[in-house]
Amino acid sequence: MSTINNTAIHDQRIDHQAISDLIADNCSVLDVGCGDGGLLDLLEKRTNIHCRGIELSQSGVSQSVSRGLSVIQGDADRDLVYYPDNAFDYVILSQTIQAMNRPREVLQHLLRIGDKIIVSLPNFGHWKVRKHLLLKGQMPVTEHLPYSWYDTPNIHFCTIRDFVNLCDELDAKIEQAIALNASGHRIGFRAPWWFWNVFGEQAIFLLTSR
Amino acid sequence: MANIPISDSEAQQDTGSEQLEKIALNEARSPSSNVWVFDENDPLVLECGASLAPIKVAYETYGTLNSDKSNAILICHALTGDQYVASENPVTGKPGWWTTMVGSGKPVDTDRFFVICSNVLGGCLGTTGPVSINPETGTAFATSLPVITIRDMVAAQAKLITALGIDKLFSIVGGSMGGMQVLQWAASYPDRVHSVVMIASGARHTSQNIAFHEVGRQAVMADPQWHGGNYLEQNVAPRKGLAVARMAAHITYMSGESLQSKFGRNLQDRDKVTFGFEADFQIESYLRHQGMTFVERFDANSYLYVTRAMDYFDLAEDYNGKLANAFMGTKTRFCLISFTTDWLFPTDESRSIVHALNAARASVSFVEIASDRGHDAFLLEEPDMFATIRGFLKSAERTLVRTDTSK
Repeated sequence: MSTINNTAIHDQRIDHQAISDLIADNCSVLDVGCGDGGLLDLLEKRTNIHCRGIELSQSGVSQSVSRGLSVIQGDADRDLVYYPDNAFDYVILSQTIQAMNRPREVLQHLLRIGDKIIVSLPNFGHWKVRKHLLLKGQMPVTEHLPYSWYDTPNIHFCTIRDFVNLCDELDAKIEQAIALNASGHRIGFRAPWWFWNVFGEQAIFLLTSR
Repeated sequence: MANIPISDSEAQQDTGSEQLEKIALNEARSPSSNVWVFDENDPLVLECGASLAPIKVAYETYGTLNSDKSNAILICHALTGDQYVASENPVTGKPGWWTTMVGSGKPVDTDRFFVICSNVLGGCLGTTGPVSINPETGTAFATSLPVITIRDMVAAQAKLITALGIDKLFSIVGGSMGGMQVLQWAASYPDRVHSVVMIASGARHTSQNIAFHEVGRQAVMADPQWHGGNYLEQNVAPRKGLAVARMAAHITYMSGESLQSKFGRNLQDRDKVTFGFEADFQIESYLRHQGMTFVERFDANSYLYVTRAMDYFDLAEDYNGKLANAFMGTKTRFCLISFTTDWLFPTDESRSIVHALNAARASVSFVEIASDRGHDAFLLEEPDMFATIRGFLKSAERTLVRTDTSK
């Protein structure tokens, strides 16, 4: 959950606007792994959204608090247990699940703490990743996944299909799903999962507990 | 050769020290700062059950209170601090103890905020404490003063804030024991605090904390000059005991790392060890100096009382053992800061408060700042701490405006 900068375009991560679009006004939001607070800052500027964040890195927390956000330094793998049930309208896990030690437990906690969960993740099933592994025989290093295998904070990669399976296992209902291609454009809603799994560079899910 | 510790340079310093001690005693009884007196009809009922009246609260203010009285910040001082947070200390002649934090253009900006800092109850710079004259006997309270707690200190501050005509503080900022007061304020008077900043502190004193304080108190009480607390009558003071207490405490304020890098095994004004018990090492000389200068400005009984107040502090205990209960439904905004090498109030102490605040659904920011300077870091130049507090106070101001417009 350190500040992970997989997908920076024009200083704003391409998933932020798409996530913000999923959130209604007048609500409370917890961003788990909020980095420097970029997404929370975007949300705070909207109407009556009460924002909180957790971030592992001191620099991320310092930047967030300096820009006036309520952010605590903490570790989602360890600290989520202290939040009461249904404490937030939305809990966001943006580009962070792949850096968790126990992503399954974290997701379970999120479903307990929030009424609605938003998860965005880099898709390890994207064709560029597949090509890298298939042709080069090496762990993929792409523009959006810039780390080498030995120093990456991303320890639990999954594909869109893997994540959908996990949601089923945890009895989470996928209310909405969005896949973004390499340039940040949305992939047609009617496209089948396999198409998303190959062409979606990242995916955003809106979940609820069943 | 076998000198008793501390006594090396005591002889030549005696006259100067005694003069300072006289000034300190004078400042304790008639301080040069502002003083608010709460008379016999306005007693303070202490946590121990005793009732204290009249009481004096000595305080300093900086900046200007705005017309709607919404810009007041209370600074809570630590164990041996005082009300002179950003102005010259009349005893030592040194600048205020937190001029890096409080002042014009500083994080707690006196150009924008009305800053109040009062000497704690039990202290020795003008607020009622063991040095004060007991009106019933005409002599110093000494150890006949009822034991004071953090909650009592805060109750006295609340009386002062009310007397100054302020309903709600914009913020309260404090480190170490000041941080305990900050938490107590938030728990006791949630509607009177818009935001709080707690630095390098905890919601309780740990066993280790109590242990160090007990060493200090025993050093004071073991000094024959303590006279069961009645040393002022005898015109003496348990200087050696209090100096040893300060030396022991001072070690806890620094990290092993910073001691090592600052002093290492360096010798003091000599090329080799003397095979005796003089201050051969720089660290010994440094600690002796710390002990001696402390004695000049601080009262030994006051040290007993204030350390005791910290030892008794366990905020959760007042709320059925559950810290979250202390903050249930609070609208106060919290900012907590800890330092990586602070072993007196380690980060885990702050983190458990954060967890309690999360459970209470409170608005909280928390950052552990990397510093090699141990507990003392909160009093030093720590840019990340300043940036955090600036940002936090700025956002607290924004929400103040938001609350106002929604009325």
